[in-house]
Amino acid sequence: MCLGIPGRILEVLDEADLAKVDVSGVRRKVNIGLLEHERVLPGDWVLIHVGFALSKIDEDEAAATLVMLRGMGQAYTDELDALRESMIE
Amino acid sequence: MRFVDEFRDAEMAQALSAEILNLCEPGRRYKFMEVCGGHTHTIYKHGLEDYLPETVTLVHGPGCPVCVIPMGRVDDAIAIATKPDVIMTTFGDMMRVPGGRGSFFDAKAAGADIRMVYSPLDSLKIAQQNPDKHVVFMAIGFETTAPSSAMTVLRAKALDLENFSIFCNHVTIIPAIKAILDSPDLRLDGFIGPGHVSTVIGCRPYEFISRQYTKPLVTAGFEPLDILQSIKMILDQIVEGRCEVENQYTRVVPWDGNPKALEVISEVMELRPYFEWRGLGFISHSALRVRDSYASFDAERIFQLPGVRVADPKACQCGEVLKGVLKPWECKVFGTACTPETPIGTCMVSSEGACAAYYNFGRFTRDRVKEASRA
Amino acid sequence: MSPDRPRVDFSLIETESQGPVDVAEERSADWAEEALREHDEFEQYEPATEHLTREQQVLQRIDRARARKARLKEERITLAHGAGGKATHTLIEALFLEQFRNPLLEPLADQAVFGVNGSRLALTTDSYVVSPLFFPGGDIGDLAVNGTVNDLAMSGARPLYLSAGFILEEGFMVEDLQRIVESMRRAAEAADVLIVTGDTKVVGRGKGDGCYINTSGVGVIERDVTLSASACKPGDVVIVSGPIGEHGITVMLARGELDIECDVESDTAPLHSLVAALLDKCGGEVGAPAPTGGRGSCGVRCLRDATRGGVATILNELAVASQVAFVVDEAAVPVRDDVMGASELLGIDPLYVACEGRMVVIVDGAQADAALAALHGHSLGAGAAVIGRVKDDPPGLVLLKTTFGGTRIVDMLVGDPLPRIC
Repeated sequence: MCLGIPGRILEVLDEADLAKVDVSGVRRKVNIGLLEHERVLPGDWVLIHVGFALSKIDEDEAAATLVMLRGMGQAYTDELDALRESMIE
Repeated sequence: MRFVDEFRDAEMAQALSAEILNLCEPGRRYKFMEVCGGHTHTIYKHGLEDYLPETVTLVHGPGCPVCVIPMGRVDDAIAIATKPDVIMTTFGDMMRVPGGRGSFFDAKAAGADIRMVYSPLDSLKIAQQNPDKHVVFMAIGFETTAPSSAMTVLRAKALDLENFSIFCNHVTIIPAIKAILDSPDLRLDGFIGPGHVSTVIGCRPYEFISRQYTKPLVTAGFEPLDILQSIKMILDQIVEGRCEVENQYTRVVPWDGNPKALEVISEVMELRPYFEWRGLGFISHSALRVRDSYASFDAERIFQLPGVRVADPKACQCGEVLKGVLKPWECKVFGTACTPETPIGTCMVSSEGACAAYYNFGRFTRDRVKEASRA
Repeated sequence: MSPDRPRVDFSLIETESQGPVDVAEERSADWAEEALREHDEFEQYEPATEHLTREQQVLQRIDRARARKARLKEERITLAHGAGGKATHTLIEALFLEQFRNPLLEPLADQAVFGVNGSRLALTTDSYVVSPLFFPGGDIGDLAVNGTVNDLAMSGARPLYLSAGFILEEGFMVEDLQRIVESMRRAAEAADVLIVTGDTKVVGRGKGDGCYINTSGVGVIERDVTLSASACKPGDVVIVSGPIGEHGITVMLARGELDIECDVESDTAPLHSLVAALLDKCGGEVGAPAPTGGRGSCGVRCLRDATRGGVATILNELAVASQVAFVVDEAAVPVRDDVMGASELLGIDPLYVACEGRMVVIVDGAQADAALAALHGHSLGAGAAVIGRVKDDPPGLVLLKTTFGGTRIVDMLVGDPLPRIC
């Protein structure tokens, strides 16, 4: 059914709550009326669901999540390296 | 694609997988329920269970709005669709949901004008393009989709449309989760909380789960790494003796939800005193209907509905699968009488249904497949 | 918007459990009871399975159910019967094959191959009902020629002659017909075929949706090859000749119902010369063919053009026909970003989306490099890629190693996500 996918705002249109978004090179008009309380600007990322933008994607939060995950990845790689070294002995 | 590929990184998944294993107490088994059908779909589509230790079981919950539509309601929708000069519009998932006498697909083959749409706004366009027909939008979904249906009704009002209405079958997630928690057959250790429902209702409504039922809940995103990270966060809570509601999907879910979305829902809709859920029976205050002030956009008031209840066949165990008590393959008719091609129950029809997910993606003996996938 | 409108409360509402005072009329679903009864009868003959775990027992029961003879249960034809997936197969096996049964039809391949006075010929037919008739990258005329040329090419045949039957709706614009026929002329020239016979019928307004075309084609097999769905072997490699899903997405978007803009175009193209280039390099050169068709030294087992139902449908058909397993590497499957984006927006999997100028090649692992090189050397094969391998177990299944590293199966299509694509 309705998948929520991220899209980038290309242009906020004059007509009734509409904006043009880009999803991997595909362009569609999306209703941004549910984000009335936030400022939506070209370049912003939004979560699109059945033709409506439900939420703005907070890039800082996304970056933070990725840093945390990468950090874990680093810890994992460090673990593996340590394990490897200890096996050489 | 940004915000997607980064959250599908296999190396990070290995790291999370190792962490998860580390956090599991030796000899202890864990059962986590993912409520949302979208999560069930992601888990199977990406083969996520390969990253979890054998001691962690994921139980699939009732968060698939198509799966909980009782057959009688489908019959009502078909009754509307078969009226003269009516165009019924619906999401693709509904097309093959079986009613007491067949599905939308069958009704379409028999002559009803039923069209698939991607958005309720598409239905509105069809209404504008066909002024001599009445266009009905089959409004299904949890709180995620309710704002979209509500906004569409508001738009229809602004356009002074007289030939558009919605058949409102929106349901709410909290009563469903409560029904799971109250079920004696199930002992869960935590919840992977709904992602997109939470963008609307926020995280507060889940607090009763940690307070009254002492189960941790982490609202999760829909990429594989999101789900793995959420499982890790639940295990962190268990290890640290905490029990709270946490938000893993911080890039999208605001703690207080979307105020505008909540506003438009309240403007157009109200809670029904009760509603029937397939497999779960009648649940209080668990569904939405159109308010009196928007009656002219309410298909239930415009059309005469048969309103006949259709009992589930006795052999159908959708209810237990929806509650997570049974795994899909434990249902006696799974894969034999009930297949995606010939579904008996709704869990097999929706792309988010646990049975469909397992049948289409997971129906294999793990070891044989691990053997085969070795490069 | 009314400011003092009571708010809908989505949190927990503690109330007495409610339900309707009395449940009005209740009914049961007869069709479901009937389906369950039938299966009860079938299950009485279950073989001994105590040695398997419960889950394995269930999976085995499912395999048996899937292997059952196809039976047509529906009263009416639905769109699913035209999708190329399970329903189509059931219809063909239970109705057409049942009635027409003969050894040439049994393989249910896209073309029939037979000998006539020392020559091996291939015969095929296809009908074109695409809507809309004109779309970016081509029109129904292009499909009508290329589609049939490709079905012939997939058997290793050199396409020779086509027939063209038109069913036109009263009121259809002559200039549209002119455009379509001109497309067919150009496509036939590009494919080195002649349209040598045809037919024209007109049906009343409202009975025909503009223009339907049927083309049949005949070709000659001059190579020592026998390409067949049942020839796949463990160790073989799966190659697609280019990025997938372009045609289906193009047509879907061209319908204009979805308000999506995208630059993708249909990939419709004649593949006969690509096939020739491939077979030349893989031991299937033009030469004196064995009268009954041998395999010679050609490592190519099977060729299929990925139309209705997409790559996933083809691999499922081959897996069942050859009783092998396919393991596909999701990361290796070539898909354009915008096709992927459109698919995600529509909630469909590109693996099931039709192409009209791409083929799936199953080739002996030892000749995989040669095959890939041959494809890359041709303009239509520039994007060719190895996407998977053939294993022996579990037979009949198509497995996918996801980009994420997990595994899942890719089953046969159910229903019809994209009607009237070709």
